[in-house]
Amino acid sequence: MRWRFLARRLAMLLGSLLVASFVIFGALYLAPGNPISALSGGRALPPASMHVLEQRYHLNQPFLTQYWYWLDNALHGNLGISITLQQNVSSVIAARMWTTGGLVLYAALIIVVVGIGSGVVAALRPGLADTSVLVSTAITAALPSFVAAIVLILVFSVKLGWFPALGNGTNFWSNVQHLTLPAVALAISSLAIVSRVTRAAVREEADREHVQTAVSRGIPARQLIRRHILRNAAIPIATVSGITIASLIAVAAVVETAFSLNGLGAYLVQAAESKDLAVVQGISLVLVTAFVLINAAVDLLYAALDPRVALGSRAQ
Amino acid sequence: MSAAIGIRSGPVAPVRRRGALGLLRSTGVAGMASAAVIAVAAVLAIFGPLLAPYNPELPNLSMAWVGPVGGHLLGFDFEGRDVLSRLLAGAQSSMIGPLAVVAGSMLLGTVIAVIAAWRQGPLDTVISAGLDIVFAFPGILLAVLAAAVFGAGLTAASVALSIAYMPYVARVLRGAAMKERGQPYVAALEVQGASGPSICLRHIVPNMLPLIVAQATIMFGWAMVDLAAISFLGLGVQPPAANWGVMISENQPGILQGYPLPALAAGLAIVAVVIAFNVLGERLFEQAQAARR
Amino acid sequence: MSADVRTTGSEPPPPLLAVDGLTVLLPVEGQQRAVLREVSLQIRQGEAVGLVGESGSGKSMTARAIDRLLPRGAEVQGLIRFEGADVSALSGAALRSYRNRVAMIFQDPRAHVNPVRRIGDFMTEALRTNLGVTAADARQRAADMLSQVGIENGAQRLRQYPHELSGGMLQRVMIAAALLTEPALLLADEPTTALDVTTQAEVMAILDELRRSYGLGMLFITHDLELAAAICDRTIVMYAGQVVEVRQSELLHSDPLHPYTAALAAARPDISQRASRLRAIPGRPLSAFEAPLGECAFAPRCPHARDVCLTAVPELAELDGGQSRCARVAELRGELETADA
Repeated sequence: MRWRFLARRLAMLLGSLLVASFVIFGALYLAPGNPISALSGGRALPPASMHVLEQRYHLNQPFLTQYWYWLDNALHGNLGISITLQQNVSSVIAARMWTTGGLVLYAALIIVVVGIGSGVVAALRPGLADTSVLVSTAITAALPSFVAAIVLILVFSVKLGWFPALGNGTNFWSNVQHLTLPAVALAISSLAIVSRVTRAAVREEADREHVQTAVSRGIPARQLIRRHILRNAAIPIATVSGITIASLIAVAAVVETAFSLNGLGAYLVQAAESKDLAVVQGISLVLVTAFVLINAAVDLLYAALDPRVALGSRAQ
Repeated sequence: MSAAIGIRSGPVAPVRRRGALGLLRSTGVAGMASAAVIAVAAVLAIFGPLLAPYNPELPNLSMAWVGPVGGHLLGFDFEGRDVLSRLLAGAQSSMIGPLAVVAGSMLLGTVIAVIAAWRQGPLDTVISAGLDIVFAFPGILLAVLAAAVFGAGLTAASVALSIAYMPYVARVLRGAAMKERGQPYVAALEVQGASGPSICLRHIVPNMLPLIVAQATIMFGWAMVDLAAISFLGLGVQPPAANWGVMISENQPGILQGYPLPALAAGLAIVAVVIAFNVLGERLFEQAQAARR
Repeated sequence: MSADVRTTGSEPPPPLLAVDGLTVLLPVEGQQRAVLREVSLQIRQGEAVGLVGESGSGKSMTARAIDRLLPRGAEVQGLIRFEGADVSALSGAALRSYRNRVAMIFQDPRAHVNPVRRIGDFMTEALRTNLGVTAADARQRAADMLSQVGIENGAQRLRQYPHELSGGMLQRVMIAAALLTEPALLLADEPTTALDVTTQAEVMAILDELRRSYGLGMLFITHDLELAAAICDRTIVMYAGQVVEVRQSELLHSDPLHPYTAALAAARPDISQRASRLRAIPGRPLSAFEAPLGECAFAPRCPHARDVCLTAVPELAELDGGQSRCARVAELRGELETADA
């Protein structure tokens, strides 16, 4: 039963990926002017280069064929050439992938540990803990990552000197240091949402009738919390956390720019500015794929946690 | 035992509608305070450039980074322009983009949601599947793509965000529309011969209005954040135009050099307005949910 | 204590459950409001007592008070004694042991069984946690109990999830689970109300049969006077948070001791009689805190109300083996049964 749900969801996600790749590819044709000028970013090119572009992108073929070639190439790791860097897009991506990956992972960790943790504490200990979590999340929920970035840089880098302000590190440990403020900036508003949802979910579960049944059978409090409240609340908490983390992928671009990190997102923005379309397409495809993969993982988790899943699609 | 208590049942016409002022009052102190902040921001959006005491775009490098002095409450930015004036003038571009995004996505989303809920059957399945599929595209990514293709600017970014937000709106509203659709009064109206579109326009949508307004308010906050981020990245509003997102990005070097005020002021403006929209939106959402029980 | 058959020459054993002057206040819109007022009842070993009332009468609240399941902020006054011990003073291991001895069966099985855990887990949890039974042994006992409630393939059912079972089956599972800890008292809170009619009869039959064969005491809560009378030896009728009548079940219809009971009985449509109009009790049932103070709570709706009913809250008085809270019961006794002609 759960397999049918999963199969359906994964098919949807694959569909999403295809549609997204189609849109990314089709952007070439939406651009004003002809595809060649779009690819070259409006620069004038020598006829030889134009010929190369025509061949590489099969610009003389029908649209769908071109799409097919592009997709096929992409699946084989060939994403074209960057006009501005004169490098393979895939090597550009490979070089920068780890920064972005590390950043998102670090932020995800913060969201899970601090976000879910504070939500559980707030739900189970009404009073001062609850109020302080509520107040802080109300403020931080509205904090856009780039605003958080400048505040963090000001306080923790300039004033306190605890962390470096900009750039990447050289080895693992200094990488972690350099990524800390960016990870916090990236995580901060999502953290608030996850905390609130966790708090709401745990409180709601605690009030449910099946918990009453367990109480009436004399189940001790700690076991009650673990097996009946948290276990059940894990379902909405996991799904919200998952989709929140997935959304980090896009916002990472903003944080990378603010902190001058050489990640995929920052380069995406630069490529967009310089109209290096092949790079934009390549990185967009990678990011969307990552987004879809994370969503798929969330679906898997959801199916694992909720046996009723065959009854309906993932409640979002 | 129900015979012991008289029960009257039957299709009853749509719910009572409070006036806008009554609705506002019911959102409590926090809600009303937020509405006040939003009202101020709206006034600034319209009259900002006129209210600005000094020229927001004319550079004067000799005054770069100077702190608050004389009539310049917030000091000068990296190009020697009065920060306060730039803030006031920037309200316009910072608010108009989100307005367009919300209008576009809510309109489109509502239409799609109501059609799906009304027709049901295979059309609904296709629409739902379609929504599920396009759900996956993060707004900022689409905006960056749009900027790469059409060039940087507020228009491209706003359109892209509208498109990206629409599936979410349609999802939320479809649920509500389906609930309305299943109400007895709709069946009663159908039996009386009212047409689909007229029922939708005159009854279903108005009954969803509290939810629509709540959703729009919350989304305005998101759109503001996303658009400010895009302007921050340099792909939205272009300098030297005044815009809060742009102001943060262009004054960011000041943070490192010991002149944090211009960037912080712009950041505070964004945060204040977004919080206001979030708080008001949440309160309105609670009201909408309570009214539906 | 109501007088009935005693074994010659010996004192009657202490009641299994004795509730004395139970008053419960709940926070309602910021204030503490009474939902139960001075409720007293007793249940002896192996005795089934029905608790009947409309919504707001406090019948569910009584059961929850007994099982210490009241919501946050509830204030409890009065005394509840189980096998002689004060229930509110219990804590820790003693409280857990009490919860094993008193088992509650809830109204809506689908809401009351954890949907993400298997049936086996639900049934054996208390055994494994509180009684230290091994998992395998607990599973065996659970499977056996399932067959007693009429569910075959116990071992297979234990591995299923609640959403895979129908409402009726789930309620049987709930009953089976309640019986597993070998309780002495069952609190059944409208166990069949949420089920469809045919299933109701089946589940009721199983509950009744098992209760008798295990010799358990039961407090059976329902809004259905007939149902209570059918399976319980004694019936208690509640209105507005108070006990208004206690009566031997067989005498409830022929000789009720309170106008409310008579009205309840009369309100049920009888298929053997012709009626041009269903008899309803005018007005609506009240909660304890909505009832007028200083007078009989039922007076506003009672066709027999007189001045004496409006001057003071009537006391619960012993009468002919039962109890009644009607100020005019002595005069009305003969007339009450004719109220449903």
